[in-house]
Amino acid sequence: MDLSSQSHTAATCPVSLTINGERRSFDIHPWVSLLDLLRGPLELTGTKKGCDHGQCGACTVMINGERMNSCLKLAVSLDGAEITTIEGLGTPDNMHPMQKAFLEHDAYQCGYCTPGQICSAVALVKEGHAHERHEIREQMSGNLCRCGAYTNIADAIEEVMGAEKAAPVREAAE
Amino acid sequence: MHNSSKVVGLPLSRIDGPLKVTGQAGYAAEYFAPDMLHGYVVGATIATGRIAEIDTAAAEAFPGVVKVYTYKNRPSAARRDSKWKDEVALPGHPLRPLDNDKILFDGQPVALVVADSFEAARDASALVRVTYAADEPHTDLALERGNSYVPPVPRMQAFMPPKPRGNAEAAFSQAPHQISADYVIEGEHHNPMELFATTAIRNEDGTYLIHDKSQGSQNSHDYICNIFSLDPEKVVVRNSYIGGAFGSGLRPKHQLFFAVMASLDLKRSVKVEMSRQEMFYLTWRPSSIQTVSLAADEKGHLQSVMHHALHATSRYEDYQENVANWSGLAYKCDNVTISYEIAKLDVSTPGDMRAPGAATGVTALETAMDELAYEVGIDPLELRVINFVHRDQNTDKELTSKALHACYREGAARFGWSERSHEPRSMRDGNELIGWGVATGIWEAQMSPAEAKLRLTSDGKVTVSAAASDIGTGTYTILGQLAAEAFDLKLADVTVKIGDSTLPKTTVEGGSWTAASSGTAVQVAAQMVIATLLKAAQKLDNSPLAKATEEQVEIAEGRLVLEANHQVGIAVSDIMSAAGLDMIEEHAKVEPDKAIQKKYSAYTHSAAFVEVRVDAELGQVRVTRVVNAVAAGRILNPKTARSQVMGGVVMGLGMALHEEGMVDHRTGRIMNHNIAEYHVPAHADIEEIDVIFIDEDDDKASPIGVKGLGEIGIVGIAAAVSNAIFHATGARIRSFPITIDKILAETSLESETLQ
Repeated sequence: MDLSSQSHTAATCPVSLTINGERRSFDIHPWVSLLDLLRGPLELTGTKKGCDHGQCGACTVMINGERMNSCLKLAVSLDGAEITTIEGLGTPDNMHPMQKAFLEHDAYQCGYCTPGQICSAVALVKEGHAHERHEIREQMSGNLCRCGAYTNIADAIEEVMGAEKAAPVREAAE
Repeated sequence: MHNSSKVVGLPLSRIDGPLKVTGQAGYAAEYFAPDMLHGYVVGATIATGRIAEIDTAAAEAFPGVVKVYTYKNRPSAARRDSKWKDEVALPGHPLRPLDNDKILFDGQPVALVVADSFEAARDASALVRVTYAADEPHTDLALERGNSYVPPVPRMQAFMPPKPRGNAEAAFSQAPHQISADYVIEGEHHNPMELFATTAIRNEDGTYLIHDKSQGSQNSHDYICNIFSLDPEKVVVRNSYIGGAFGSGLRPKHQLFFAVMASLDLKRSVKVEMSRQEMFYLTWRPSSIQTVSLAADEKGHLQSVMHHALHATSRYEDYQENVANWSGLAYKCDNVTISYEIAKLDVSTPGDMRAPGAATGVTALETAMDELAYEVGIDPLELRVINFVHRDQNTDKELTSKALHACYREGAARFGWSERSHEPRSMRDGNELIGWGVATGIWEAQMSPAEAKLRLTSDGKVTVSAAASDIGTGTYTILGQLAAEAFDLKLADVTVKIGDSTLPKTTVEGGSWTAASSGTAVQVAAQMVIATLLKAAQKLDNSPLAKATEEQVEIAEGRLVLEANHQVGIAVSDIMSAAGLDMIEEHAKVEPDKAIQKKYSAYTHSAAFVEVRVDAELGQVRVTRVVNAVAAGRILNPKTARSQVMGGVVMGLGMALHEEGMVDHRTGRIMNHNIAEYHVPAHADIEEIDVIFIDEDDDKASPIGVKGLGEIGIVGIAAAVSNAIFHATGARIRSFPITIDKILAETSLESETLQ
């Protein structure tokens, strides 16, 4: 896929990314951020732009399993990386447990910071550093929510964390 | 009828939720068209003056740039002010982007760069060279107090102060207890998470589909059609999903103008998305200075209330909000004087931000009430209770309802207020000073004219449509619930279509009026459909409903039945097939009842209880608990309602502790125009928030008993926090936000451990 702008003469760079499980190759300008690649040419608009400066977390995706602000990553620097966006976590008919928990706990209002919150939360659970609620709050603080759904977001994450912790115990008991 | 709810009143998840949590909901910037161009705005770097020279050559030469617009080559647009006035325009002259060389505020658009990619437009925008002839800026409200004035053209008569009653000055001077102080609140910026954006999609036939971040698709539609003399039939504006707004999207923003302007000129689709920085140069909660003087008798009964409010406006429009009138109606007092003025600064026009006016004015009043409680020497909650009033003394009208006593009672019980010790600095836990504060909240319960269509199809399912908006408030869901209730359906069997200018007329979403207004329209449309259905049923041979009236029937389990006896009825599908109808559709138009409005005032009320913990050495404040007890009429969906109030509380905590647009008054420029330096509450700032809804039966505020919830959650919060900080530290801080530096300056913190 050639994504170089029609009239640009500057050189483009080849880059291969695995996005939501699908390997894709592009020729892109070196100044294109991962966020702008996703939201623009790829039309994967689930990832949001809230500041473009790494301040709000709305653009959070998982890069090789780690949560990152996609606005702070140049796409060409990620050759070979695996990217998971909100679209890769689940669909309305087949939601990820974290998406279900957000729905159930009303952990959003306008929905704009939500994909970033969910990607961040999924990665947070995987990181395994947060155990108490205050740790969840601290470690989710890179994701701003102007609607003020914070306590509901923490509830949703606690529920998913609880379920993940309980799962192996149940298996052992069976 | 309200008591038999099967869908309304349940804590159901949002119907737009599955799309939002999976990233499938499309916001304004998230639409695409072939050969679409991208616009990027260049903002002024002075606050006042004019453009001496503007050089666009380098930007135009940048690869990918199609055109650069400045005031020198801007395509023509309407000449008369009236064409630029949107549905909620203010007295004054609306901003016309790139109209001339004058600069009226920092960040004012001076150029639009249009290119074939976002990156090219952004990068080329840095190459636009502007030389300014700057004048001396005036942006400090405190220095402009001498230039304040009463707005000559009121935005709304209700915003003007009521006539003085009694003699407030004499009563003040004679009273045994007096307090009087100035309260300063810095300007705030809405900062919804979504950037303002417009995608103007130009169809081959020259018609337009415009996706705009707006709190009213029809407001954007009419605005843009008026400015560019477009055929209204050939333009559709959608705001299907809105990434927050809080008032910032009430009036159309310059990106809408720019996207359409460039698209008309270049005959291509154009997307313009603002930067976060750019969003600080539009529609902000104005900085304010208020003077509140209260006096009470020995027991604490209010003898005098005087409230003077001053806030900022721009050079070109007179922004106005109801700041101080709340002080005339919150408590019983026979001697009241309220005054209200604005002052022009070299700033962009302020605008409505969540509970405009009340969030500001009630903060001052409720901090002053706390001061009075300590002056009199009684419990701050008790002071509010003994001054309770059952009538709107400003207008001398009855109230539709006021369950505020229950808010005080149940809020206090949940919070544990009775455990509070009165003296400041009397509660502590280790190194933390604990403070408990209370404040009352008030907001208007408003209803605006609204329309809605409701379509019943022969499969028994229902579609609701209205040009209403959902800015995160839950409009989709509650309109669906009301329709589902009327037709005894599951929420999943109702389709809700909103956010489209072609749908039935609806005012902008604001003022907490959407549920009451559009909700009533949906309910009336449902009644009209049922009436039509009944008429069809009565034409059947031997109809069991032959003698039934509209009031006697309802839908139950897919049948039109007698309310009193569900055995008597006919299946909806049978009625429709016998009448040869595929569907029944009715269009309802509702408006507030003028007779009720003449006799009654309608308000929502709340009691906010806040616990703070202040580090005894560092002055750092944590808000560890909030209980907000709210009386807001009928609650359609406790889940989304709770979220709305919680969101208001969080924004109130921002007002109390964090939010402040910082202007360098030497240059008139905003210094912290990003959301790392303009602090909004983050996860770590928010601990426990408990929301209580008090039952309130009110059939007058709106026909469906709803009073609205968008604003009440924020009102009183900042005051409750400041009162709690006083209780914790003994420092009365009358300047918001209450940042650590102010606490350190006002308190004798415990520094022994440092010695």
